Amino acid sequence: MASLKDLRSRIASVKSTKKITSAMKMVAASKLRRSQDAAEAARPYADRMGTMLGRLAAAVGGAQGAPKLLAGTGKDDVHLLVVFTADRGLCGGFNASIIKATRIKVRALRAAGKTVKLICVGRKGADALKREFGDAIVARYTGVEGKKGIDFSAATDVADKVLALYEEGEFDVCSIFYNKFVSAISQVVTEQQLVPFAVPEADGQEEATGSSAVYEYEPSEEAILADLLPRNVGVQIFGAMLESSASEHGARMSAMDNATRNAGDMIDRLSIQYNRSRQAQITNELIEIISGAEAL
Amino acid sequence: MTDTTVLELVSPSALLKSEPVEMVVVPGTDGNFGVLPKHSPMISTIRPGVIDIYAGGKVSERIFVAGGVAEVNPERCTILAEEAVPVSDIKADEAQARLETAQADLKAATTAHDKANAERALEVARAQIAALSN
Repeated sequence: MASLKDLRSRIASVKSTKKITSAMKMVAASKLRRSQDAAEAARPYADRMGTMLGRLAAAVGGAQGAPKLLAGTGKDDVHLLVVFTADRGLCGGFNASIIKATRIKVRALRAAGKTVKLICVGRKGADALKREFGDAIVARYTGVEGKKGIDFSAATDVADKVLALYEEGEFDVCSIFYNKFVSAISQVVTEQQLVPFAVPEADGQEEATGSSAVYEYEPSEEAILADLLPRNVGVQIFGAMLESSASEHGARMSAMDNATRNAGDMIDRLSIQYNRSRQAQITNELIEIISGAEAL
Repeated sequence: MTDTTVLELVSPSALLKSEPVEMVVVPGTDGNFGVLPKHSPMISTIRPGVIDIYAGGKVSERIFVAGGVAEVNPERCTILAEEAVPVSDIKADEAQARLETAQADLKAATTAHDKANAERALEVARAQIAALSN
């Protein structure tokens, strides 16, 4: 049975833990709001880029001499996976779920006889994957999210690396793994193909608005496509970074909310135990005094 | 009421502008082009330069863009820009500093990739200074 002093110090330590977790929860909540706004603000660009590319890709079609980023290398021997995790822990299953998904994917690809390369964005992912697939990691990025949120240049850095590797023929297919933000309590691990560009299915709306008119291209379809495709890689990566950051803060917020609640419950339990044992001790002392007095 | 076309200026981090304008002049890669309402559909890449927005026959707003793509159709003109700042917000010394960094980078560049990047940065910086001087 723990002594009163032990109980007192345990209560004090749980209380300070609770203070920390509730502060972290509030910080996460305010960061979540900001990164959610950022993610929403970035959507129009990605949307329009997508529509434009879809239209261009349809125009150029499977023509000979289509850019490699669109047509692919014609092989799928080497896969590059870009994995987005957080730099810090204490955010529930956020990092674990993405790492697990990556592990399954890498093992499946290796079992199928493919070569796998990894780019890790975020410290946690790199640390966890290093153990099993250390030799496959070609690059790692940390500190993506600065004080003022995520800058587009961070995404350009990663995109440049991916494009440079592609130029050198280092991989054939590139996919990104990130947590898509659904709500503060729900994030979905998403896999998205980045290279070659997956042409979205033409939707009926396009026809309905009559914007399927013949476009003029300046300088030419191919030149624009060659300009737009690398840019699209950057935009997709930027989008993934924003989604991942919003998810991270959401996950951390709910994890810290749970931790705060658990700490509260624990304090209640410990307080009851403390009061009971104090009472027991008092009773004990009284009995001793009374029986001592009676023995006289 | 004069005819207007909708100008949409979008950067990766935000939708900067979405409003009806009378005319807008865009610095295309193959030369500037003006977009009036009911322009025929076209897609063009943009070189670093200044977008002029016209209202009442005069330039009402000038925005510097560091390259991107423009899509024009009869109802709207969508510009996807990597970086966009109003010309009035550009500071001469900052632009100059940017030019110098780009020049230094170009000198230090060893690979073709770095070189291409530095050249692009240099072009942007030059265009920014040119935008200030007129």
